[in-house]
Amino acid sequence: MEPILFVIFGAIAVGGAIMVVTRRHPMASALYLILTLFAVAALFVLRQAHFLAAIQVIVYAGAVVVLFIFVIMLINVPVHKLPVERVTGLRFLGVLAAGLLILESAVLTRRFAMPRASAVDAGSVQAVGKALFTDYLLAFEITSVLLLAAVIGAIALAKKKI
Amino acid sequence: MMEPAAYLLLSGILFGIGVVGVVARKNALIILMSVEIMLNGVNVAFIAVGSHLGDVTGSVFAFMVMTVAAAEAAVGLAILIAIYRLKETIDITELNVLKW
Repeated sequence: MEPILFVIFGAIAVGGAIMVVTRRHPMASALYLILTLFAVAALFVLRQAHFLAAIQVIVYAGAVVVLFIFVIMLINVPVHKLPVERVTGLRFLGVLAAGLLILESAVLTRRFAMPRASAVDAGSVQAVGKALFTDYLLAFEITSVLLLAAVIGAIALAKKKI
Repeated sequence: MMEPAAYLLLSGILFGIGVVGVVARKNALIILMSVEIMLNGVNVAFIAVGSHLGDVTGSVFAFMVMTVAAAEAAVGLAILIAIYRLKETIDITELNVLKW
């Protein structure tokens, strides 16, 4: 069952990602980004990472993309003033390099082999929560400082007059 | 459960699509979204290998990546708003004040 679902959700994720980078209007891109994020969340469920799947939907689709849509509506660039994309030599080279990157990952993962561990519950809320509040407590607490800095920085940058 | 090779390939494809978006687009909003796609591709690799090895570290690292992604989106969009207020454009090729 897993291979079929993997192909379905993987195709949705890749198709959504391609639509994100090819749409002209950022609002269409943001909506396709939601599609990609949900497909990736489904892939997390396939790998038994239930906690991360929930966080993916709540934090990414629920907060980050909403932030994007807020900003798109806030600055509201008229369609005729959207940047016109032209194919230049440098840009073509960049796309070529990205294609090579994909090809390289295909070659590298073809012979990927790793010993399989005994089946343990590694992605459940219980397991991740226990790890976060014991072994990784310091990193988890520093994360809160990072988020605080991001909140203060975002307000300071976007405010008209401080 | 499947071998993680297919997931790693998918992760590479998502990352590559994100790179295309970052290098080929002019719209700063879409560039920020492409960065999110790249970070998601990395998360797929973390989760795939983590669950294959039965190790919770993969999930913890993906969690940290998501936190950084949220912080990056917040600050990046705030910078974008500040730039738009100043220059009335989100075209990154027109933002070349620091370019020599």
